[in-house]
This record gives sequence, structure tokens and C-alpha cells, in this order.
Amino acid sequence: MDITNYVVLAAVLFAIGATTVLLRRNAIVVFMGVELMLNATNLAFVTFARMHGDLTGQVLAFFVMVVAAAEVVVGLAIIVTIFRTRRSASVDDVNLLRG
Amino acid sequence: MTEFVAPEIDWLALAPLIVVLGAGVVGVLIEAFVPEKVRRTTQIVLALAALAGAFAFIAVLWPQIVVQPVQVVGGSLTLTPFALGAQGIIAVLAFLGVLVVADRTTTGQDAFAPAASAVPGTPYEDLARRSGLEQTEIYPLLLFAVGGMMLFASTDDLIVMFIALEVLSLPLYVLCATARRRRLLSQEAAAKYFLLGAFASALFIFGVALIYGFAGTVRLLEIAQRVQQGLPLEGMSVLLVSGVLLVVVGLLFKVGAVPFHAWTPDVYTGAPTPITGFMAACTKVAAVAALVEVLYRISIGVGGVSPDIMRQLQIVIVVVAILTMVVGTVVGMVQTDVKRLLAYSSIAHAGFLLVGIAGFNAPVQSSTLFYLLAYGLATIGAFAVVTLVRERRITSGTGEDNGPVGEGEGVVLGEATEIAQWAGLGRKAPWLTAAFALFLLSMAGIPLTAGFIAKFGAFTGATTGGLWWLAVLGVLASVVAVAFYVRVLVVMVFQKAPDEPESTGTEAVEAGLSTGSTSEDAVPTSGGAVSAGAAATLTKVRVTSAQRIVVTVVRSRGPAAVAIAVCAIATVILGVFPSPVLGLVEQASKFVP
Repeated sequence: MDITNYVVLAAVLFAIGATTVLLRRNAIVVFMGVELMLNATNLAFVTFARMHGDLTGQVLAFFVMVVAAAEVVVGLAIIVTIFRTRRSASVDDVNLLRG
Repeated sequence: MTEFVAPEIDWLALAPLIVVLGAGVVGVLIEAFVPEKVRRTTQIVLALAALAGAFAFIAVLWPQIVVQPVQVVGGSLTLTPFALGAQGIIAVLAFLGVLVVADRTTTGQDAFAPAASAVPGTPYEDLARRSGLEQTEIYPLLLFAVGGMMLFASTDDLIVMFIALEVLSLPLYVLCATARRRRLLSQEAAAKYFLLGAFASALFIFGVALIYGFAGTVRLLEIAQRVQQGLPLEGMSVLLVSGVLLVVVGLLFKVGAVPFHAWTPDVYTGAPTPITGFMAACTKVAAVAALVEVLYRISIGVGGVSPDIMRQLQIVIVVVAILTMVVGTVVGMVQTDVKRLLAYSSIAHAGFLLVGIAGFNAPVQSSTLFYLLAYGLATIGAFAVVTLVRERRITSGTGEDNGPVGEGEGVVLGEATEIAQWAGLGRKAPWLTAAFALFLLSMAGIPLTAGFIAKFGAFTGATTGGLWWLAVLGVLASVVAVAFYVRVLVVMVFQKAPDEPESTGTEAVEAGLSTGSTSEDAVPTSGGAVSAGAAATLTKVRVTSAQRIVVTVVRSRGPAAVAIAVCAIATVILGVFPSPVLGLVEQASKFVP
């Protein structure tokens, strides 16, 4: 199978993730969109590493995973704090700051 | 099996970063092992010492780096004079920022929630406040953020840049959520900042992946070399172009440029004010420095081979610069909140910086550094002033026992951020007003302040790059911006404070006190804060008919006053005798190792 298919798949996953971030209203789902984008990036890294025949890309994928994990910790903490105050995780309800 | 070869590491070049990040780690240990009484003092001393130490190492390194830039740890850290200069500016601004953060003022309370995880309005929060808990974790978090910024500004490796981006962002997301008052706004700011920031860093890293796909490396200089060799440019250039665009978008988000600015006003308003000042100044320095490095190193490669791509890239930057200046100044005109106004001012400044950068010529790097220093000093100083202008609730009849009382009667509440409330401040606190006026004038770019020299440098950069019309636009935009700075000054100096403060609650709220506080210090009312209407009640200062709100200036316990004084003096000195500092940053235009 042509290896560029994986690049196309990565791009499609990335686009789905970005669309999720821009269109969905629940903070958790928005955050899942970001995670999908990061995983699409991992796929792209690994595919390009295979194309170029060097290991850098595979190592980079590990870095991205670690960062994604760290982001989950901080992000969920913030979202849960808001949820405990307001009983809602919708980004539409978070609208006190305007102007 | 190949032998393991230990990498050669230039520890001195890494020293500024090691000091700051190491102090962050020690700070976490202090949280665990130092008794509560002295914990806060220890943390502050450690943070200030670390930043001063980092600056000392930068000063030691400077003569050596100016002569010969070095690559450390196999190129992960590239210390050019430009990068080292950015690191030094970040260290200085962060030092001033920590001073403001550390100030408890005469009210004895700092700007941070006693227990940031407590749900606003619950008995637990009340208990935490009464027992005098303090969230001293903010100091290690600040140090980690500073370490990330210093690394962000000085790396040649896109993946290290990505890690640094996260190391600087994650602590800032948390810090945004820790405000003592107006906690809902603070948490909301953190959520917005986090979701948009995570989105931007996902764009950034996908851009890095695409660039890696094109060049097979993530080192900017090697990418430039691969492009110059021109090997895969035919057909594959779409990878490079979209990759660079995504990376630049990720960076522009951190810079706060239009159309990626949406988070800036909200986050600047919601975050605790000392953190806003720190974030506005230091993040901007780091992000602009990283943006300059990416753009220039890529342009070294692309410029020679494919002028078309280069021109497109320049057009993108020019369009973003124009949009940023226009939106920053025009929307800034109609703001009624001081913190929001300063946020739009910071957006406008991002535009002016981009005007300089869009010229794509080497001297701009030194003028950019000077601009960042001037802007950062004025910003930290201005936000420090905002932390001292407070609301005071006065109850006619008996005194309050709910919360400590400063000099005079009544209870000091949160910051009075409505511009209308600042009327007559010139009489109440002439020195503070003078300092704030100086910072605003510097931001406006009035001669004899640092801002003038800075803007002059940025616009000169655009003209020498052949974009004289962009420089003219920049001058026009900064003339418009003067209007909104002057508006604040007029209110502060020439308008009288309302002689008869409102006697009823409703009037006081109408007078512009509606962005409010949480239950902090407020009258306990029936109805749980967690109930459905909590969002509304938690964001208003509740005043009963027997109470009124006056605007007061609390006295600094020292650190913030020192920070304001240093910022003010430096702003004047940089405006009147800029040549020593200009001479220093001049050396920073040697850019590529």
C-alpha cells in the first residue's frame, strides 16, 4: 500500500479534530478534538519517519504523547473545577467575559 | 553495537535555564518540607534569587556569545546574542513580575485564592480563607513558566520549541485560575486560555510534522539548508508552505495577533492582575523572539531558492500586522475596563512588533528586543498599579469584622477596574497616577519615554525592508492609540471623584461595579452559591442599602512599589538615554550561529 495514504489519513484525522474543536460545545468534547489533532500529528510523524528512513520522527511521537498527557492533567483539572462551580461543561455557559 | 558516546554539554551556556528550572523543582520540594510559617518567604526569596542568578549567568555569558554564538546539547539550545538577549529581558521582567505577585499590600492578602481548588461560595472556601491558607505553589509555577519562556526564545529545534511552548503554557493556564476574587471569571479565563492554547499548540505541532515530512529534520538551520539544496522543493513545497504557516499560526496565537487574539482580552481580564502583568510582558517576549527566529531562519533558506514562497510569507505577516494594529486600537477605544483596555493595547503592540518584523532584515532583531523591553516594563508597571486601586465597601453603622481592614474604615474588596471608577485618582494618589500616566505614555510612544524609541526602531525596520507604507499605517495606528491612552489619563487627572459616593446599592452597581467579586468578603446571603443563579450572584459585588462602595488606593507592602518605581525609572531612562541599551541590543542582531 502506498505510504502517502497514511499522510492523507493523518490530515483527515487532524481536520476532524480541528472541526470538533471549532464546532462542538462541550469542553470535554472540544478537548478530545485537540487530543485527536495531537494523535493525527503522531501518525504523520511516524509516517514521515518511515519515508525518510530515520528515527527522529518516531522519537518525536513520544514527545508529543508526553505533552498530550500533561495537557490532559491540567486541562481536565480546569474543566472539572468549572464544572464543580457551575454544574455544566458547556463552553456556551462560560460567557461572563465579553466585550 | 556502537559505543555510547556521552554528549558534550556546555553547562555554562545552559546555566540560566538550569538555575530557573532547578529553582522551580526546589520550590516544589519546599511545598512539601518547609513549615507553613516560613514557606511563603522561602518561596519568594528562592524565586527572586533564581531569576537574579539567571540574569547574572546571562551577563557572564554575554561577551562570549556576542563574539561566538554556540549550539548546546547538539543544537537543542542555540545561544545567539538575540536569544540570550531575549532570555535576559525575560529574566528581568519576570523578576519585576514576581515582586508584584509577592506583594500582599496593607490588606494582608495577596491576589491568589487561599485554596484554588475550592468551589467558590462553599463553606470549605470560607474555612480556607479564615484559616489563612495560602497557595504558595504559584512561585514554582511561575519559575517553570519562566524557564519555558527562556527555552522557547532560544531554541533552533522545533520539537524543543514545542516542549518549551507547553512548559510555559501549562503553568500559566493554572495560574490564570487562581484569582482570590472574581473566581468565576478567573476560572473561565483559564478554561478559555487552555482550550484555545491547546488548539494552537496542536496546530503548531502538526505544522512541525509537515515540515519534518518535507525536510526530514526539525532543526531550523538544517531545514534552511535542505531548502537551499532545493532537492524536494518541486511538488513537495506544499508541505513546507502549509507546515510553516501552521507553525507561524501557533506562534501568532501566543503573540496575541489578530485573528488569533480572541483569548487575550478575556484571559487578561480574568486572570489575577499580577499574573496578567507577568504573562502579558514575558509571554510576549518569548513568543515574539521565537517567531522572529522561525521566520528569519526559514527565510534564509526559502528566500534564495523560492522568492515566491518568501513573498507569500511576507504578505501573511503584513496582513496580520495590519489587522492586529487596527483591531487593537479601534476595539481598544471603546473599552470601559482598565484590564481589558491594557489587553487591547497589548494586541496593538503585537501589531507594531509585527510591522518591524515584516521588514525581514537583520537590524530589526535588535529593535525588536528593545521594543519588547520597553513594552514589558510599561506593562508590568501598569498592571502593578491596577493591583493597588481597590474598591472599599463602607458600612454605615458598625464596622466590619469580615476580613482585615486597611487604614480607614470599611472592607477592601477587589480591584476597581472600571475606568469610570478611576476618576479623581490623581488627587488620591498622585505618585501612583504619575507612574501609571508614564506607563501609558510610553505605550503610546510619546517622546522621552522608552516607547518612543521602541516604536521608532520598529517602524524603521519596516521602512528599511521597503515597506514604508506599512510604517505609515503603523504611525497612524499609534496616533489613534494615543487617543485611548489619553482618555484614561483625562479620567484619572481631570475628572473629579464623585464627591457624594452613592448611598444605595443599586446606584453603586450602576456606577460600574458590575464585574464584581465572588463571595469573598461579600455579605453572606441566603441561597447556596452552587444554585442555578450562582453565576450571576457570584459576579456582582453585593451591596445592601446601608453600604456604599468607594474607590481606594491600598498601600503596597514594598515589593510592588519597588517594581513600579523600577519600571517607571527604567522607562524614563530608556527614553532619555537609550544609547547604552541600544548599544547592547545592537550586538544582538548577529543572529545565526
